[in-house]
Amino acid sequence: MYQTTYHRASSVDEAVSLFGKSSEAKFLAGGQTLLPVMKQRLASPSDVIDLGKIKELQGVELSADTLTIKAATTYYDIMTNADVKKAIPAIAHLTSVLGDPAVRYRGTIGGSIANNDPAADFPAALLALGATVKTNKRLISADDFFKGLFTTALEDGEIITAVAFPVPAKAGYEKMRHPASRFALTGVFVAQTKSGEVRVAATGASQNGVMRVPAIEAALKANWSPSAIDSVNIPANGLLADIHGTAEYRANLVKVMAQRAVAAAG
Amino acid sequence: MSTVKLTVNGKAVAVDVEDRTLLVQLLRDHLNLTGTHVGCDTSQCGACVVHMDGRAVKSCTMLAGQADGANVTTIEGIAKGDELHPMQAAFRDNHGLQCGYCTPGMIMSAIDIVHRHGGQLDEPTVRHELEGNICRCTGYHNIVKAVLDAAGRMKVSQAAE
Repeated sequence: MYQTTYHRASSVDEAVSLFGKSSEAKFLAGGQTLLPVMKQRLASPSDVIDLGKIKELQGVELSADTLTIKAATTYYDIMTNADVKKAIPAIAHLTSVLGDPAVRYRGTIGGSIANNDPAADFPAALLALGATVKTNKRLISADDFFKGLFTTALEDGEIITAVAFPVPAKAGYEKMRHPASRFALTGVFVAQTKSGEVRVAATGASQNGVMRVPAIEAALKANWSPSAIDSVNIPANGLLADIHGTAEYRANLVKVMAQRAVAAAG
Repeated sequence: MSTVKLTVNGKAVAVDVEDRTLLVQLLRDHLNLTGTHVGCDTSQCGACVVHMDGRAVKSCTMLAGQADGANVTTIEGIAKGDELHPMQAAFRDNHGLQCGYCTPGMIMSAIDIVHRHGGQLDEPTVRHELEGNICRCTGYHNIVKAVLDAAGRMKVSQAAE
């Protein structure tokens, strides 16, 4: 990778101040995406500001209605957290099928959503659960946060501090894993809120990144069961196509993964 | 340049490195601990796995600076003198390697798996948990046998301590 200057921030304020003093800085959380991209020379930040040791960005909090995961909490710590398993077991399951054990020890929820890879898992959870992204400046609803491939509502120098998930009545996540990269060839997160609203989000499917699937939401609203999705038609238009699968294949995967996610949610 | 201070295999070290230096480069090029390998350099193969503060991580996907203050154990640090670690002994007894390139990473990941699962290990779990480590020779069969064998030995040696 090209030369860079490494800084370790001990607080969010310090990280913001370091960012302001650098010409082209990047924030580093677990580094499981940023470092590979820097090694490929697709990114060459002048400065790398490490958020991984900031105490205020670590941990999980559960209240009656909300599960809050701080941004630099690793996938492993999310997967094994008792509050996560109790409040939203679908999130614990999602982290258990994300990457591999060594990646799960380092990668973070904040890093995943800030990068917004079109096949990443966490964007689907945020969108389906109607989560709120907390930053050092403001609150952003998941509906407004994801803006297309590798693009989010974050401004320059804005740092995600936590994600707040409303605790749902039911939720499930299933994905077809790419066997080499472990990314989602297509993954679907289904959720039924405590007020009865149904939200469904698919990752790895759309050319524009994570997306809601209104046709499946309507079918599940009428009848929360895998068979309710049988007759839903998912158009292949606008879906990703590559050597691993055609757009038509992914359209079918959206249905199949949604059915499995509903079955898993119970 | 920065000075990175960390503990490697029980020994405190301070190393002056460029900021872009990866942990695996610090270990291999600066400390001459060449048992940790670089296979793919893209976080997929697991040949570079070491333990940092008790967790198995890919040392090719960490900056050396991120390990400042950490306690790192490499493949060179697990045997007790001439006595192999039970995982190393089980790999030898079960023919869990052929060319040996992936073996250091396999062993470091496998020890972490046993620590996390204790006595609850079965074959499907081992196969699933080893997915971040790639072997191109063995077909994995004897590696899985070795990990299951070592899980038993590590339980016994823990009980004896």
